[in-house]
Amino acid sequence: MALTRDQIAMRVAREFKDGDYVNLGIGIPTLAANYVPDNIAVMLQSENGLLGMGPYPTEEEVDADMINAGKETVTAITGASIFNSAESFAMIRGGHVDFTVLGAFEVDVHGNIASWMIPNKLVKGMGGAMDLVAGAKNIIVTMTHADKHGNSKLLANCTLPLTGVNCITRIITDLAVLSVADGAFHLTERAPGVSIEEIQAKTAGKLIVPDHVPEM
Amino acid sequence: MSGFDKVVRSYEEAMKGLSDGMTVIAGGFGLCGIPEGLIAEIKRMGTKKLTFVSNNCGVDDFGLGILLEDKQIKKMVSSYVGENALFEQQLLSGELEVELTPQGTLAEKMRAAGAGIPAFYTATGYGTPVGEGKEVKEFNGRPYILEEAISGDFAIVRAWKADRYGNCIYRHTAQNFNPMAATAGKITVVEAEEIVDPGELEPSQIHTPGIYVNRVIQGNFEKRIERRVLAK
Repeated sequence: MALTRDQIAMRVAREFKDGDYVNLGIGIPTLAANYVPDNIAVMLQSENGLLGMGPYPTEEEVDADMINAGKETVTAITGASIFNSAESFAMIRGGHVDFTVLGAFEVDVHGNIASWMIPNKLVKGMGGAMDLVAGAKNIIVTMTHADKHGNSKLLANCTLPLTGVNCITRIITDLAVLSVADGAFHLTERAPGVSIEEIQAKTAGKLIVPDHVPEM
Repeated sequence: MSGFDKVVRSYEEAMKGLSDGMTVIAGGFGLCGIPEGLIAEIKRMGTKKLTFVSNNCGVDDFGLGILLEDKQIKKMVSSYVGENALFEQQLLSGELEVELTPQGTLAEKMRAAGAGIPAFYTATGYGTPVGEGKEVKEFNGRPYILEEAISGDFAIVRAWKADRYGNCIYRHTAQNFNPMAATAGKITVVEAEEIVDPGELEPSQIHTPGIYVNRVIQGNFEKRIERRVLAK
């Protein structure tokens, strides 16, 4: 069975280590915050200038001056820090953030990612995504393995305008966990009940399958 | 000491000198930390063909979005736009130009301008449409693109507390681009929630030293929330 959005987020959260600083993109990545194991602590970075992002506020806690990078009202945890945008991106571009998790339209075997622009559709902008993929030490892409028409999103070469080059090393989809190295995708885990054949059929770029592929 | 007193009494005085075709750097992230009264004054003035350097362009009836109504903006330099229908309409009709810039590069362009650095290399945007036509240089085996600083004829900033000398402190995430914007204007105007006397702010807690600031005005803010999301 293909994983749900929440199940993908649960698998993402298992990547985190105690003491990691993590930036989560909008969508499935944000859900990962709900599944951080109880025995570890991570600090969430929000690129508008908050390290130590907390949950959404109660009615009483709502403050127009406290928002996240998605412009939603938010709170800060004990031990948080708040700073300006240049400082925030110094953390990101300087490689101080341990993990970035973001969504994508396409990823290819060279570790390139396309996530912000579809030609002939209204382009709203890249926000902080290009800075994040250029700067983070570990980047995890979360997405469905194929689009709703069944077309693979894991390609030999991205077809859409890129967000970053040679920067993606790990992908968690609804079907599998893969690493990206040496011009190929390497299958490391599969979703429970999903066959290797299905993953192969939905992976357009070169895929290396080891003898044993454990279920997630 | 009156030479250091930057407080002005009217919005007219605060934005005096702004004219058609100028570039304005604006602090704020979404609707958070925007200088609401200064934007309203620009609308009242009717100044046209303005270039705004700002992370976003507000929404239809608030923030920089209100300047779209009378087509006062010629160009936006932003990382994320299009939260407003009018913006989309003017973009598609060619009345409005947009230069999409990665958020970190945008902050650094302002910071660099204020610090006298004309350009800087960054890995952000290399190999993407943002890097097209820009100089590439390798450092330690990795390619970087050259990005130029952006300064403004004016910078408009929202502070939480400012003293009469222009020293500013920002509140929570309303800080965002405001400190960088403050350094990047030929004329920097601060709209503050509260103006205090010099000495009332702890010197080591000041985010923007008054040297960057030319004018300070007492504001009155609505502080609209763009996405109100509550705990379940």
